[in-house]
Amino acid sequence: MDWLFFFEITLAGLGTGGLYALTAIAFVLIYKATRVINLAIGEMLMVGAYLFFGAAVGWALPWWLAIILALLGGGALGMVLERGVIRPLLGENPISVFMVTIGLGSILIGMVELIWTANPRSLPNFFPTDPIFIGEAFLAPKTFWSFVVAAVVIAVFLLLFRFWRGGVALRATASDQGAAYSMGINVPAVYSLAWGLAGVIAAGAGILLGSIGGISSDMGLFGLTVLVVVIVGGLDSVLGALLAGLLIGWMESMAGVYLGGEYEHLVTFILLMVVLLFRPWGLFGTREIERL
Amino acid sequence: MTDNVLEISNIEVVYNHTVQVLRGLSLTVPRSRIVALLGSNGAGKSTTLKATSNLLSLENGALSAGRISFNGEDTARQTPHGLVRNGLCHVMEGRRVFEDLTVEENLTAASYAVTGRSDGGGNGGYDLVYEYFPRLHERRRAQAGYLSGGEQQMLAIGRALLGRPKLMLLDEPSLGLSPVLVEDIFTIIARINREQQVAMLLVEQNANVALALADYGYIMESGRVVIDGTPERLMADDDVREFYLGTGGGGEARSYRDVKHYKRRKRWLS
Repeated sequence: MDWLFFFEITLAGLGTGGLYALTAIAFVLIYKATRVINLAIGEMLMVGAYLFFGAAVGWALPWWLAIILALLGGGALGMVLERGVIRPLLGENPISVFMVTIGLGSILIGMVELIWTANPRSLPNFFPTDPIFIGEAFLAPKTFWSFVVAAVVIAVFLLLFRFWRGGVALRATASDQGAAYSMGINVPAVYSLAWGLAGVIAAGAGILLGSIGGISSDMGLFGLTVLVVVIVGGLDSVLGALLAGLLIGWMESMAGVYLGGEYEHLVTFILLMVVLLFRPWGLFGTREIERL
Repeated sequence: MTDNVLEISNIEVVYNHTVQVLRGLSLTVPRSRIVALLGSNGAGKSTTLKATSNLLSLENGALSAGRISFNGEDTARQTPHGLVRNGLCHVMEGRRVFEDLTVEENLTAASYAVTGRSDGGGNGGYDLVYEYFPRLHERRRAQAGYLSGGEQQMLAIGRALLGRPKLMLLDEPSLGLSPVLVEDIFTIIARINREQQVAMLLVEQNANVALALADYGYIMESGRVVIDGTPERLMADDDVREFYLGTGGGGEARSYRDVKHYKRRKRWLS
């Protein structure tokens, strides 16, 4: 066995895993704050990527400005979805809300196709292109830089979650909504905040993902693997989302190289089934999760 | 009438559009006084508090008639967090601390109560809480879920105190605590009332303790007030002594086969 090759595959897998982890955090944030299983997270990611495309290519803005606009747009999208669609449904049967998010995903795809058509596009490259070597292992620069960015964003987010006063309000609301109200916390505003932040994170993940593999209106399928990641990690666990994201990224890349590309998703979903059989609440999740 | 911090008049509360829990309940809490609200399980005491702090909608309940005014303003038009920020703090039944947050983070969450108020912001509030509950200061870095029941109750009251309330709604602070702890907690509650001029509406199963503290008492059955008065008057009432204090009727053991007793009890429940 060629250990250098193995190491290179591992690095590439962790690179993808970083993006899974980043998107999974957006998912967990929404779930923790509002108990909504948001299947439209992949489509929110896609919209973020297209917003970047629209600003950087359509309006020919500099890439850094385009990124800022796309992130703000993603955040605004999250808040609008929460305020307009999700909040009127809070307190309804969870499965209704769950179904509505599936519909939301389709609507977002349709809107993107109306504006930018269904043709795949490629994003302008804004990463340094010097080859990256870790030891002797070669790593594609885009994969490396997107992993670095994902890691930094995750770290910033975790710090905010831990030390910022609004982060405390978020965790308090996630832990007990009624008690949060009685502390004077504006709970509906916390919902908006959670969806807005998740929208920003998802848009960021979309830009990173699109800059590696190009964008298309069906790139929201990425969200399906993210769903597996959060179920494996435990729906309400940030730590679980991080570790499961890296694990699944690594497993997919291993399977893709050693077994063949068609086995990538097979491995992912076998893992999902095994986890559901033995630890239905996920690796790090709370045991008593509501039933759908 | 302006020296009543809370006035509840003739409220009716319905859950799920079907179950009526309160049937025309009225009570008032004078400024800086302690009012006890007593009654057996299911009488509607907690519902009264939730109606006051506007938290009914979380449990699919609604105020179908009547009016609640806090500080002279109708509460129905205010949001739950808005009421808290105006000085109405609800310490909910079962303590409801944020278990995976530390003690200090619990207090930080509670500091949202003083949002937009000029008085009592900043770190002064924390010191005040730690002054009343030195034990919380010792454990301020501990996760709230690992505190003992008594410490959690202290934290729950401390969170409310941090909001510098004009009125505290206390829902069974003695729940699940040992008699010694109950005494400690109630001593502190009395001190907070005396020193901070906080009015309190105190819901209790433990009628002895509550009446020892209160300036006035109401007793509820099936969603309405059946008797009210000063603690002295309530304690002297034969029915109250027998059904809530467990000391009436000359002291001999009562049997449910005793028809007279049953009839008198029934009057309470009707």
